Amino acid sequence: MAEFFDMGGYAAYVWSAYAFATVLLGGLVIESVRRSRAAKRTLQALEAQRPRRRRRRKAADPSANTSEKGVS
Amino acid sequence: MHRFANPTRFLKLAAAVLPFSAAIAILCIGAGLVMGLVFSPADYQQGDTVRIMYVHVPAASLAMGIYVGIAISGAISLIWRHAVADLIAKASAPVGAVFAAICLVTGAIWGEPTWGTWWVWDARLTSMLILFFIYIGYMAMWAAYDDPSRAGRATSILALATVVIIPVIKFSVEWWNTLHQPASIFKADGPSIDPAMLWPLALMFVGQLALYITIMIFRVRAEVDFRRIRAIQMAMAFDHGNAGSADNVPDAATAGATGQG
Repeated sequence: MAEFFDMGGYAAYVWSAYAFATVLLGGLVIESVRRSRAAKRTLQALEAQRPRRRRRRKAADPSANTSEKGVS
Repeated sequence: MHRFANPTRFLKLAAAVLPFSAAIAILCIGAGLVMGLVFSPADYQQGDTVRIMYVHVPAASLAMGIYVGIAISGAISLIWRHAVADLIAKASAPVGAVFAAICLVTGAIWGEPTWGTWWVWDARLTSMLILFFIYIGYMAMWAAYDDPSRAGRATSILALATVVIIPVIKFSVEWWNTLHQPASIFKADGPSIDPAMLWPLALMFVGQLALYITIMIFRVRAEVDFRRIRAIQMAMAFDHGNAGSADNVPDAATAGATGQG
């Protein structure tokens, strides 16, 4: 076991390379998952505020929805 | 292809892919680590430092491959106004930048005991460093525009103009005299590397590729939601009559996402 961690005398090199990659990729995974959850939460909160106004607008003006879709 | 231009449809596909890409990433990286760190032999010249290759080489290929993907997405976005191409390109850039950083740092860590230096300004190392800076510039370009469709156009042009760095990196070891060894895996007459080392390398490559897809899916989801949030906030501002001008009407990408959501 000690031999495994020693890496033929190159322990500092081999393990620091793997540690660097783990920290960067692990950090990116955590940041990406958190970001998607935060976005989802904010969106749900906003949509909860809005549904009444939306329905009213659609009922009043059926073209409201298409004008939202059609630009560019 | 136009079937997948709809973000909602893409998100459905992504949700189906996600469990597989995550499982493949965990299994392949796990198996690759065990094979690479425990069972594969030490190199007769490099000793145990050769194990750094199992992180370094896949990270290098993916940093390059992802940038090619970003440039192709840029072309698709410019030609067909493909909303999903923009989303994928934006979500991929941080992953590519991280792989480029891993490639550079693990390469330096390997270079010190093997070449006797952390860094040399030779063609391969310098061109890879430039790719890293291009990733940073590409992400900064995305951040510089408020309007996602404008940002999409600007970043697409940037990606197409800078993708030339990829063949320069790839062929740098042939065009110039460099300290970096030439290709031993992706070459015309097949890999010249022992199967005991090729296996962990292949597993780490597949694992890191699957990890990229997994991260990219999370970032596309976040981006779609952020654009919907932006569209709703603008519509709310519009409803209240304090919208600045008609330019504030959400663009096709966000409106498509909002309309279908």
